Amino acid sequence: MAATDVNTISGAIDFLFTPENWTGPRGILARTWAQIWISIVAMAMSAALAIPGAVWLAHRRRAPNLSVAMVNLGRAIPSFAIIVLIFPFSIRFGFGLGFWPTCVALVIIGVPPMFTNAYAGIASTPRDMVEAASGIGMTDRQVLRKVELPVSLPLLITGVRIAAVTTVATATLGAIVGYDCLGTYIVSGLRRGESGRPEVLVGAVLVALLALGVDLFLDRIERAVSPWNT
Amino acid sequence: MIADERRSLIWWTWVGDHLDEIWQRTVEHVQIALIAIAVGCLLSFVLSVIAVRFRWTFKPITRVGSILYTIPSLALFGLLIPFTGLGLLTAEIALVSYTIFILVSNTVAGLDAVPAPVKEAADAMGYTWWRRLMTVEFPLALPTVIAGLRIASVTVIGLVTVAALIGNGGYGALINDGLQRSFPTPIVIGSLLSVVFALLVDGLLAFALWALTPWRRRT
Repeated sequence: MAATDVNTISGAIDFLFTPENWTGPRGILARTWAQIWISIVAMAMSAALAIPGAVWLAHRRRAPNLSVAMVNLGRAIPSFAIIVLIFPFSIRFGFGLGFWPTCVALVIIGVPPMFTNAYAGIASTPRDMVEAASGIGMTDRQVLRKVELPVSLPLLITGVRIAAVTTVATATLGAIVGYDCLGTYIVSGLRRGESGRPEVLVGAVLVALLALGVDLFLDRIERAVSPWNT
Repeated sequence: MIADERRSLIWWTWVGDHLDEIWQRTVEHVQIALIAIAVGCLLSFVLSVIAVRFRWTFKPITRVGSILYTIPSLALFGLLIPFTGLGLLTAEIALVSYTIFILVSNTVAGLDAVPAPVKEAADAMGYTWWRRLMTVEFPLALPTVIAGLRIASVTVIGLVTVAALIGNGGYGALINDGLQRSFPTPIVIGSLLSVVFALLVDGLLAFALWALTPWRRRT
């Protein structure tokens, strides 16, 4: 066990205070944006995959066990394994390394929390509320749009927040399959051994700050859209 | 011919030839995960008792827990490396810290849900604070506690694979090895076994809850 490594820490501080490390195509700013960008693309795709299906199934009160099974399996399959598993397929089918294998893995990782929360939100609308709505003459569509969706909004947004934080966190691992993002500092630093330690620390601090920042940001949004919930 | 087999998802001949290695990785994975879960349980139990006894500590404890929980695993490893180096200790500290948020919030929620009349009855019978907690409140909170423990265990078992990137063994080492050589078999085997192990522990804990709470079955 090594004692506190002062060289690593001062090296990391030096790295952060060197302006050249912030700019350019492999600088901190570009890599931060790369990590955010891939998360946005993946989140858009997983939301499109997860939410409509969950809303429809929950509205019909069908497949109640599907969301439980999905969230359990989603938790059991390590995200590291998903990224690495997709990698050989991506190469074989011509999507190359970097962006696409990482993005597909992130889409898979983002689906379960959004699906489950959207489903739970709709399905937990009180039955008498739904009956009252159809009792006053609302059509099936109106019940969904005017009653079930607004009632389930807070839970749905919680699902989006959980998925987003997980996605941006997991994007770090994209560095393993060649996606140039903040994780690259950690992965390439680890490969370089002792001399790469400051870089590892820099990457770790930046990734941690990014994840915490995204969490805080979405928490604010969540509170803003569901004021009655706090 | 051999090149084709090597590219297939699972090349069974390789699996047959490497059973020793797969077994060794299994032992490592189980060890790393169980140490983290056990230490996490102990630490979380102490923190939960503190949080319940001294209510004002609950918020700060869960706040720190949730911050640790939000930091991605690879980053948490990276943050610890300057202090604890590469290897097992760093991995365990990070893995334990992931369990705290889930376990403490569930344990405190479970203890809070114990009906007041039950606690009053225990008090009236002359139970000390500690005895009431251990023999009345904690058993009644078990369903919530174990629900948290299942989530924490499954999460930890999955994250052990990432620990291979900072020089630990386990199934992650198989996955990493396959990645370095663009060889799918160890990747698939490592991932599959990790999932199987996680589901196995999840099932065992569900059974443990059933076995430990016979009063829930008397309906």
